[in-house]
Amino acid sequence: MTDAAPIVIIGGGHNGLVCAAYLARAGRKVLVLEASAEVGGAAVTREFTPGFRVSSGAHLLYALDPAIARDLRLAKHGLALARSGLDTVALADGEPLVLNGAIVRSGQLSDADRTELGAYVARQRRYAALLAKPGTGAGFSVFRLLGRMVNNRKTENPAPVPLLQLAFDVRRLGRADMRELLRVGTMNLYDLLDDRFESPQLKGALALDGVLGAKLGPRSGQSFFTSLQRAGAYALPRGGMGTVTGALAVAARAAGATIRISSPVSRLAVTGDRVTGVVLDSGEEIAASAVVSSADPKTTFLQLLGARHLDAEFARRILNYRSLGCAAKLHLALDGVPGFRGVPAAQVGERLIVAPDLDYVEAAFNPAKYREFSSSPVLEITVPSMHDPGLAPAGKHVLSAIIQYAPYDLADGWDAGRDRLLQSTLNVLARYAPGLRAQIVDAELLTPVDLEREFRITGGHWHHGELALDQYMMLRPVRGAANYSAPIDGLYLCGAGSHPGGGVIGRAGRNAARVVLGKVRP
Amino acid sequence: MTIPREHYLQAVFPTPFHPRTAAANTLNAWHRWRDYTVADAYFDVALEYTALRNACTVFDLSPMTKHLITGPDALAFMNRLVTRDVAKLKPGRVGYTVWCDDEGQVVDDGTIFHLRDHVYRLCSQERQLDWLLGSALGFDVSIVEETHDVAALALQGPTSCAVLKRLGLAEIETLAPFGIRSYAFESTELLVSRTGFTGDLGYELWIDPERAVALWDRLFDVGKVVGVKPMGTFALEMSRIEAGFIQAGVDFLPADRAIRPDRTRSPFELDLEWLVDFGKGPFTGRRALLAEKARGSRYRLVRLDVEGNKPAKDAFIYDRRRRNVGVVTSAMWSPAAKSNIALASVSTPYGAPGDELWAEIYYQKELKWSRFMARCTVVEGPFYNPPRRRAQPAADC
Repeated sequence: MTDAAPIVIIGGGHNGLVCAAYLARAGRKVLVLEASAEVGGAAVTREFTPGFRVSSGAHLLYALDPAIARDLRLAKHGLALARSGLDTVALADGEPLVLNGAIVRSGQLSDADRTELGAYVARQRRYAALLAKPGTGAGFSVFRLLGRMVNNRKTENPAPVPLLQLAFDVRRLGRADMRELLRVGTMNLYDLLDDRFESPQLKGALALDGVLGAKLGPRSGQSFFTSLQRAGAYALPRGGMGTVTGALAVAARAAGATIRISSPVSRLAVTGDRVTGVVLDSGEEIAASAVVSSADPKTTFLQLLGARHLDAEFARRILNYRSLGCAAKLHLALDGVPGFRGVPAAQVGERLIVAPDLDYVEAAFNPAKYREFSSSPVLEITVPSMHDPGLAPAGKHVLSAIIQYAPYDLADGWDAGRDRLLQSTLNVLARYAPGLRAQIVDAELLTPVDLEREFRITGGHWHHGELALDQYMMLRPVRGAANYSAPIDGLYLCGAGSHPGGGVIGRAGRNAARVVLGKVRP
Repeated sequence: MTIPREHYLQAVFPTPFHPRTAAANTLNAWHRWRDYTVADAYFDVALEYTALRNACTVFDLSPMTKHLITGPDALAFMNRLVTRDVAKLKPGRVGYTVWCDDEGQVVDDGTIFHLRDHVYRLCSQERQLDWLLGSALGFDVSIVEETHDVAALALQGPTSCAVLKRLGLAEIETLAPFGIRSYAFESTELLVSRTGFTGDLGYELWIDPERAVALWDRLFDVGKVVGVKPMGTFALEMSRIEAGFIQAGVDFLPADRAIRPDRTRSPFELDLEWLVDFGKGPFTGRRALLAEKARGSRYRLVRLDVEGNKPAKDAFIYDRRRRNVGVVTSAMWSPAAKSNIALASVSTPYGAPGDELWAEIYYQKELKWSRFMARCTVVEGPFYNPPRRRAQPAADC
């Protein structure tokens, strides 16, 4: 009986769990299949060396949709923050610059820069809110409409109302904001920041928001657009990122969803021109009334479904979807509080960044263009155990850093490159924290290839693909698969490869649930 | 023939038959077909056409784009590429087909030669290597363009079988339409298929370019007594319109070349529904074509019998003299059908058999232009379809 078949969700990462929870709350029978031995996807806490636990993928919470946290009662289900509203400490050879949004806590900054920073941050937030709007309800059909407009051979002629809605929202920003958005929308961050600010340190710090996780330098087009993705406040969940997905799993189970771990899916079962279930690595077949995949688009379409079930042009678009990761992850077990020059011990637990100026960031990007990693990388560092002592033994600490500009397709291969990157990153760290090397109990470096293996993300890109204008909104991941649907019936997407992308937002999972609820009868 | 590395020194090449086609081209009339120059006509278009319909002609087919598709997934690849079911095409058989883009719009048409298990030759009007390679993702196939490696002649007309018989091809008369057979010719393989673009009895001959001139000479040597003549593209164009065959870039715009959304055509809109097999499994454009079938098509290809004797070339088509509903894509006075014929693309629902359509024909006499409206009748099937085209065994004398 197909009526009895559950909606199968592939992947128990945050988006898969959010989707499962919403579907289960709506009364649907839901089965989540997680390949690993624990749920969480790339939002997990893992012991990387005895006694030391760290968020092994994403390490800061800054974009989780508050509506989702509320709907799913994540606080009740175990989500607590060890610390929210983290400051950003821009490390430098001299005095660090400490920011929190538009607030300047300390550091050398001119009055002009301080004033301009307020205006800049406020504007970024307004633009970010605008981008977040599609997918939240009324504006939702914008995807479908724009998708069809881009797809110029489609003969349907849908009403232009939702598009007008978006235009209306842009217009409603007010004349000054709208003009500025249209002017800078596709611009590079380097020129934009250079126009506005004086302090090299401030410009470097702001540039980081546009490039972290992306294969872009500040001088690359669209880096302004990318920066809008990180306009939120930074928080550390108590117990690491695994607490977020742990709470989601509790919420999903409480709503009635079943979660099976250690159940990797090997392929989708197709009958006629419809996905009718999944086949596990074990050979077990599970019938499904619908399959919702939180895997990245290449995994979903090219590995699990197979190109031969797709039209040729669509399959090519998926193949050409840009999804090669360019960031690595460093975990250090330390036998004491790391000392960063100019940073009081009380501030070590803030968000520390190494992006001293624009040219440093751009220069760090240069080697990535030629499949080399940067020997002077940009870093985003957290020491979560400062706020969350449970992550490390008493008196000891864990450090987690994103190393920006470590291309997936390293020319020499990562077997040879891993240790070289570790050493050069430690050298950069030593410049700002001279005693750090001596404090290291153990170190772990996850290259994009490791991230690919550990989190089953093709290319090891934590957003499941570049967040760029041509891979965003109704074009995410590609034309023909926007709106969380697939060209083949019975298959839906709910991962970071769908709008609005990665970063532990959860909105892709919730939006997908809405689409599935509208299309799949109980 | 391999293209030399210094390919940029010469963009357009002589075909492997050029030494003979040049000598035969008393008009010195040439045009470019892809990478090659070929003859418009050799001595007289009307007489070449007449030779085709009454004796037989040799047409240099070498510039036709050819691809060799091999490998364990060759059949699966072909079936995902084209609209018809290639699994039904047995080794030694040829099938006409079209292939579509994701939106179900025709990219090109051509013929599939199932040479042997896991080996297909795909001949196409347009260059298709990029499209084929782009469609190969996920298939274990090798795709090679072999246009330059295979010389080809079309031997067409009522005495074509007799010529091949005289050439020594044993039992060639038993080769069924759309069949392929391999023969030995001067220590090389001569592949013969009973195929063509003329709507007549005829064959296509495929051979190593090194033996091209020898084959030409032998054909004319043994064929002289049954009236074999060389034929150029202009006469071929007449015959293919009579046969009702469509041509890429003339009767439809290849979808990958279209910019404007309403310029392309689906197989249904080209009267090729018989080529679309929804039951065979996934193929590019299938979902879009299913949707079109449910929704209805925008256009219809019609074969028109036009009043009078003025060719309706490029004529607008009207409904009851008022509304412009389409345009003629190919037209001519047909000597074989003894009627004024045209292929036209009209908007649905116009053009159903029995509909009254009108063609606005402009013509010129001694530099004076005139215009008149000609009544058109929608004809079903080809304008000219002689029984000998499909006769088995083929007439061999």
